[in-house]
Amino acid sequence: MAFFFYFFAILSILSAVCVISVRNPVHAVLFLIFTFVNSAVLFILLGAEFIAMMVLIVYIGAVAVLFLFVVMMLDIDYIRLRQGFAKHFTLGAILCVVFFLVISFVIRSSAPNISNVINYNTNNVKAIGNLLYTDYMYAFHLSGILLLVAIVGAIALTLQDKKKGVKKQNVLKQLTQSSSVKLVKAKFGKGVEWK
Amino acid sequence: MEIGLNHFLIVSAILFTIGVCGIFINRKSIINILLSIEILLLAININLVAFSAFMNDIVGQIFVMFVLTVAAAESGVGLAILVVYYRSRGNIDVEQANLMKE
Repeated sequence: MAFFFYFFAILSILSAVCVISVRNPVHAVLFLIFTFVNSAVLFILLGAEFIAMMVLIVYIGAVAVLFLFVVMMLDIDYIRLRQGFAKHFTLGAILCVVFFLVISFVIRSSAPNISNVINYNTNNVKAIGNLLYTDYMYAFHLSGILLLVAIVGAIALTLQDKKKGVKKQNVLKQLTQSSSVKLVKAKFGKGVEWK
Repeated sequence: MEIGLNHFLIVSAILFTIGVCGIFINRKSIINILLSIEILLLAININLVAFSAFMNDIVGQIFVMFVLTVAAAESGVGLAILVVYYRSRGNIDVEQANLMKE
């Protein structure tokens, strides 16, 4: 296990360094995918197979590919993006080294009352499902609603109303009207005509 | 040498530091900032799963799933905002984002 841990940990750290330092955003996204793959292997080493597969499917299959789409869709001036890289690099690197030293000092100096043995649970998925669908049911539903809101937000942001017949929110009208609720007397058998 | 909890925590700390460093040094490009945020969330996930595995408590892995959900929603909305920003401006410089006009 030690060999695999060091191998994949070092690979994931190196590819994370490449993510923030390569010039081309497409290469950065590809290195990010490589980082995700390596950390999925780390999750498997920890005995969390379901989370590893979730990372592979959700992060790599959805998020990273979404990043790739956007990066390839936009025509970005790569050279202009790199301006100020050297200016911020020194200060940022120094601050980050200090930050890391502080964290590693805390990790090393704390002596948690935890056994150093991983308890490999053979039915990882079953255990997660047992807890997720009982104790965390409301949180599960709320995360579904969160995803729905994100979908609606993303579509509402990027939808262009150049075409006729696209139903889109008119922000100005919505904000300037006094009330969105109207009392209407409905006649029997005729209904209400809404303007 | 036995691989313990501290090894995973150190790996997670290194990844988190790289993510913070990425936000510092890529001040211009919002895409690189979003990628750095993904690295930060990944480091947090490694932390949670490591504690979950070594303390034999599955709740940590449940929270990793919620973090994954939030990360997916965040990157979706962030990229949508990026597309709108690029459409109205023609570049993705973050430093001009404080000009809130068309």
